[in-house]
Amino acid sequence: MAVGQNVLRKEGYEKLTGAARYIDDITLDGMLYGKTVRSRVARGRIKSISFDPACDWSQVVVADHRDIPGQNYVALIENDQPLLAESEVRHYDEPILLIAAESKHLVEEAARHIRIEYEELTPVLTIEQSLEGGEILYGTDNIFKRFLIARGDVDEAFKQADRVIEGEYRVPHQEQLYIEPQGMIAIPGDGEMTVMGSMQCPYYIHKALKQLFNLNDEQAVVIQTATGGGFGGKEEYPSVIAAHAALLAHKARRPVKLIYDRAEDIAATTKRHPGIIRHRTGVRRDGRLVASEIDIVLDGGAYVTLTPVVLSRGAIHALGPYRCDHVRISARAVATNTPPNGAFRGFGAPQVAFAYEMQMEKIAAELGLDPLELRRLNMLREGDLTATGQRLTWSVGSEEVLQAAVEQSSYRERRHSTSTSLMPGSDESKRRGIGLSFFFHGAGFTGSGEAKMKAQAGVEITAEGRARILSGSTEIGQGTRTIFCQIVADELGVGFEEVEIEEPDTSRVPDSGPTVASRTCMVVGRVVQLAAREVKEKLTRFVAERYGAPEAKLIAGHFTADGKRLASLREIALDYIAQHGDLRAYARYAHPPGIEWDEETYSGDAYPVYSWGAEVAEVEVDLDTYEVSVLKITTAQDIGRAIHPLLAAGQIEGGTLQAVGYGLLEELVWDKGRIVNDRLTNYIIPTSLDAPEMETIIVEKEYPHGPFGAKGVGELPMDGAAPAIAAAVFNATGAFVTEIPITPERLQAAIEKRALTS
Amino acid sequence: MKLNFHVNGAGREVDVPPMKRLLDVLREDLRLTGTKEGCGEGECGACSVILDGEVVNSCLIPACQAQSADILTVEGLARDGRLDPLQQAFLECGGAQCGICTPGMLIAARALLDAHARPTRDEIKEAIAGNLCRCTGYVKIIDAVEQAAKMTREG
Repeated sequence: MAVGQNVLRKEGYEKLTGAARYIDDITLDGMLYGKTVRSRVARGRIKSISFDPACDWSQVVVADHRDIPGQNYVALIENDQPLLAESEVRHYDEPILLIAAESKHLVEEAARHIRIEYEELTPVLTIEQSLEGGEILYGTDNIFKRFLIARGDVDEAFKQADRVIEGEYRVPHQEQLYIEPQGMIAIPGDGEMTVMGSMQCPYYIHKALKQLFNLNDEQAVVIQTATGGGFGGKEEYPSVIAAHAALLAHKARRPVKLIYDRAEDIAATTKRHPGIIRHRTGVRRDGRLVASEIDIVLDGGAYVTLTPVVLSRGAIHALGPYRCDHVRISARAVATNTPPNGAFRGFGAPQVAFAYEMQMEKIAAELGLDPLELRRLNMLREGDLTATGQRLTWSVGSEEVLQAAVEQSSYRERRHSTSTSLMPGSDESKRRGIGLSFFFHGAGFTGSGEAKMKAQAGVEITAEGRARILSGSTEIGQGTRTIFCQIVADELGVGFEEVEIEEPDTSRVPDSGPTVASRTCMVVGRVVQLAAREVKEKLTRFVAERYGAPEAKLIAGHFTADGKRLASLREIALDYIAQHGDLRAYARYAHPPGIEWDEETYSGDAYPVYSWGAEVAEVEVDLDTYEVSVLKITTAQDIGRAIHPLLAAGQIEGGTLQAVGYGLLEELVWDKGRIVNDRLTNYIIPTSLDAPEMETIIVEKEYPHGPFGAKGVGELPMDGAAPAIAAAVFNATGAFVTEIPITPERLQAAIEKRALTS
Repeated sequence: MKLNFHVNGAGREVDVPPMKRLLDVLREDLRLTGTKEGCGEGECGACSVILDGEVVNSCLIPACQAQSADILTVEGLARDGRLDPLQQAFLECGGAQCGICTPGMLIAARALLDAHARPTRDEIKEAIAGNLCRCTGYVKIIDAVEQAAKMTREG
């Protein structure tokens, strides 16, 4: 069996020897270097564009929106984002022109000789300004999208509560900060366009190219090269870069490479949505939740892009993994004149998780209850209903993860009572604290997304008798290639080494849906398994006919009848191919039976299953500098069967550290819509010295409809660290922080406020 | 200017502008694209190489400074198709995910192990503090360096 084993990752050798080819490692003959010329105002009308004659423009290819053969928009949910601005710009760094030349030096030089004059308009830069409605950017009220989730009789239930506790929580932008900056190469052909590069979703780009260039399915070809991290940042934005490179290539009739430098990547590409989340919770004296009203506002940025789906996931997760029969969740996303916010690991859930866990912390403090017992009292268990009225019927590891994290970390023993008399400058300059968080994450697309998408994948047997997987799912470091090969190896009963996987190339692999939403293993992995099963069934029918053995079964890689081995799968497959020409099967995803979602009322089974997590953070707070060090994180996560425990633990550890960055370090600084800290010297992500010791416990509550029982793991680890750290800081200092990141400035303010009120 | 230096044990000659970044000389002139660029300002360490025994960010080194130098890049770690113990340990321990920081990480770790046969976890953390990884949380990278040290000691 390969499943459950820590086999060596498929593309490991290439990555370790420097042989793996990332997009910037590829140079083609006759290739030009492209560059994007961007808006230098947050909102305005373009008055004029001039090209300084001091530059030799005969050496430069220039493209603007008029060069687009099809329609000027990037295909996504609403198609409101132009590929290149026409007369109006809606955010700083919005693309206006594209240029390309023989060398990077020449193209940079040319960019310096372009002058764009603007008539500046008043920009809307914050959620508050957008809600005030002084300037209208979208529709009649700046609201991109709103959702309402309602269950029970909330107003009546509040009357039954012993206490009503309110809290307001704020979460910031966060940059994905994959270490490989974004980049693409476009290669024009005869009525065709091929784009290769760093991406999560080849078929998103494929769709965008078709509409921009009036191409059919075959004329647009998209190929993923080795991709140096994505985290959502390479979900939708690469469509823009691919199309920019393609437009230049289309005009120049030569290949064009377009690689972002770090500053451009930070400044222009999507971020995690910032938000303001308000909770109003009715509780009984014993801590039981009886009514919950939650208001979420996310900043969508200048264009709709993926905001509605981020908001939707946020709304569905907003109550947290808790039982409450009377719930009203109102969620809105607003337009501002900042770069569009988009996909980032967690996709709305980390934002609401910080809020719901801090609210639980607050409820515990106000009622004088143990935060752990409050969670245990209210946690969702098998058979319970979620906020959308989904009954949890399978694979609910809630109790197991909480228990495992608490026991492994010795949470109870290590927790000391929250200080109430702490003042800065007291003798003890360093204080330690411990805090916990409890969270869940729906795997796969929200609602009817997967049912509509019907993700496809295939398995074929090569002329050499090896199994080859055909899938549009991409390897972005998380282990797609490895786990898919493990799944097929076990389904066919062949060795892991005998399975290979086709490069994600839209001319060779089907659309498995995007590589996002913790869906690759659970959803596409399942489809890959079903395709392998179909290959097996074809061969079983073939054996029945050819050997007259209808009872023959595939056992350990051999077709066997009456305890006698007839032939190996490889031999039979080659025989089959000799007769039929090829051996290939495709499968499509279908929801497990009984999964029902009502898009109108936003109720029902929001996800086929959830992954569950609990996390304990131990921190040390320096009361002279207000710095927080995270000493240790212990986390238990129920991800169903771990196909590859080492890779799964790597996902949990990596996601956890990204979440430590979210909670403590990562913050964008803005000046009139421009990001000021657009580099790694001042946008700080955790280094090895910031990383806490981590202890990871994988809980495997098998999901009957996942491949070998697997659920999703990618995003869950992003949800838990920020609130666990904030709870630990609360425990250490008595300061209740309601906004992340917990910078020294913010903690100082919270401690001083605490000192004033105590 | 003409420059002569050794890269991964082999003598090389290039004719480049003296202020061209060593990173670009390696990637463009020598087609050694294993060394990566993540930030271009010495923060991320993806471009780390060993130059005369010291780990440097090759994006900050002008080519002229490499005159007569001895340079080791990721391509020079495996010998005759046999992986360096660090590469083997990264493979086994899950130290590489997306792989973009890996060449620089391996180089920083190689320099550490060349100097210390038995580094502590804290010394490993210190040694790779100039190399950013966004995938792993560093846990499995540190595990891999520890294992490589052990493999090297035990032959």
